Amino acid sequence: MAEEMRIVLRNYGKIDPLEINDYIALDGYKALEKAKAMEQALLIADVKKANLRGRGGAGFNCGQKWSFAYQAQADQKYVICNADEGEPGTYKDRLIMENDPHTLIEGMAICAYAIGATKGYIYLRGEYPFLVSTLNAAIEQASKKGFLDKFSIEVRSGAGAYVCGEETALIESIEGKRGEPRFKPPYPPAEGLWGKPTIVNNVETFANIPVIVDKGGEWYASIGAPSYPGTKVFTLTGDINNRTFFEVPTNTTIYELIYKFGGGIPAGKKFKAVQIGGTSGAFIPTELLKTPVAFDAMSEIGATTGSGAVLVLDETRDIVDVVTRIAGFFEHESCGKCAPCREGTARTHELMHKLNEGFGSSEDLELLDRLGRVMSISCLCGLGQAAPAPVLSTIKHFNADYYAKLV
Amino acid sequence: MDYKAIIAKYRDTTGGILEAFNAVQKELSYLPEEVIAEAARIFNIPAAEAYGVATFYSMYSVEARGKNVIRICESAPCHIAGADEVIAALERELGILMGESTVDGLFALEFTECVGQCQATPVITINGEPFFDVTAAKVPGILAKFQK
Ligand SMILES: Cc1cc2nc3c(=O)[nH]c(=O)nc-3n(C[C@H](O)[C@H](O)[C@H](O)COP(=O)(O)O)c2cc1C
Ligand code: FES
Repeated sequence: MAEEMRIVLRNYGKIDPLEINDYIALDGYKALEKAKAMEQALLIADVKKANLRGRGGAGFNCGQKWSFAYQAQADQKYVICNADEGEPGTYKDRLIMENDPHTLIEGMAICAYAIGATKGYIYLRGEYPFLVSTLNAAIEQASKKGFLDKFSIEVRSGAGAYVCGEETALIESIEGKRGEPRFKPPYPPAEGLWGKPTIVNNVETFANIPVIVDKGGEWYASIGAPSYPGTKVFTLTGDINNRTFFEVPTNTTIYELIYKFGGGIPAGKKFKAVQIGGTSGAFIPTELLKTPVAFDAMSEIGATTGSGAVLVLDETRDIVDVVTRIAGFFEHESCGKCAPCREGTARTHELMHKLNEGFGSSEDLELLDRLGRVMSISCLCGLGQAAPAPVLSTIKHFNADYYAKLV
Repeated sequence: MDYKAIIAKYRDTTGGILEAFNAVQKELSYLPEEVIAEAARIFNIPAAEAYGVATFYSMYSVEARGKNVIRICESAPCHIAGADEVIAALERELGILMGESTVDGLFALEFTECVGQCQATPVITINGEPFFDVTAAKVPGILAKFQK
């Protein structure tokens, strides 16, 4: 069985996050030095070879994204760290920033060198105000040591909007606007912040970079599942004995996450369902627990790896009630820019509420299912496209729970 | 500090209106109309746009509210960990309902989605500071810290 393996959390608990010398003593910033001695294209090629895929949820190949921004011709390019971490049940990015801010800064600095950017931003969710000083202190220490000689980083705080985790909404927010997603294309590596080529990567993605540069892309590609290699941090919540976090290779199965790392279900109760990837993830039944947590394996069962949130429900939980709460989340967080999402999330919540209160009919259930399928293909951004996943997956796998509540 | 001085600090921060609003709210707990007008002037955008920003983000309030903003996480992990009991306890203790402020202007009670402290559900935050594994019994003690 798989063991825990720490790459992005390698320094967790080992260093004082506010002391750069601790980080340096554990070989910190050596990867940046090494990267700067490499040709940009070769550096990017190595990151590509690592096959590191974005840890913010979409799973895009990181090196490939960098190569787009590298090839773009512009007088100014930007590197943005997505530290919006809004997916309910997720706190992995906070763990990294709180305990090892320099690994993020080093990762960003390597990216900046690779694509030719001189300015960077960390977009920090408004719910993490206590991290502003940690990040600023780390940035200041790194520049004093000369690690940020050609690259400056500014921390920008959000103000409570889940959709701002979507990269173009995030860019709008840094520009001082309402955080509404843009139409894509153009994608940020071509036209991002203030219209300039921009790389947006997740905190966990950046935290992998120093280790990849240090040990080489080939080494990284050999860990975990070949199509989504490396490790992933999972945060376990709900009905689980070990309500904590684990960093594991990506070929770990859901079963191992829950029963080995998570220690199983408390109070001798039985497992009912698990939702992985956050609130926009699918609910997964017992039969599918042997699935590896890697991106493509999860896609095959209609689920996602997402942010790595793992919400476990035991046999006593009312799944229709939980999904109703989740539908409320999406109604609240829909930005209102596109009609399918603005209307769809409201109607979904309305129908779920009706069903949950015991007033729903089988026609309502069918309508909900159809609405969900329409939303998943017609909404402008990932928020509306993924919002129906919990509804659709529970109608599919936990149909009896819905039927029990019909009039 | 006066709000004009706070906003002026971000004059040269491109796109810095959120930073300015965040800083003002730290002092005033909400964004009065004159703050929005002043921000529009400083950042050289129409007042409607500044108002659009102020009403987009859930942490901003354009209406006066209590000085200490209590936010209760109602996302699924907190929901199933018993957030409802915490809500009931806070409402009882403060004598107000969710979305309201106390008459002495000391507290505002709001919902929030996940605040990223899901290792210790249910969670509430007061002025951004998180409190962990909150129970009805813990509520009076937590509030006492802010009642001085
Ligand atoms: C509604 C929505 C919310 C998102 N929230 C986040 C988030 O909180 N953090 C994050 O890194 N990516 C989030 N993303 C994904 C980003 O759009 C983007 O794919 C990511 O930041 C790219 O970085 P990566 O390739 O390193 O994952 C979100 C996407 C959507 C559609
Ligand atoms: S779900 Fe409540 S803090 Fe994350």
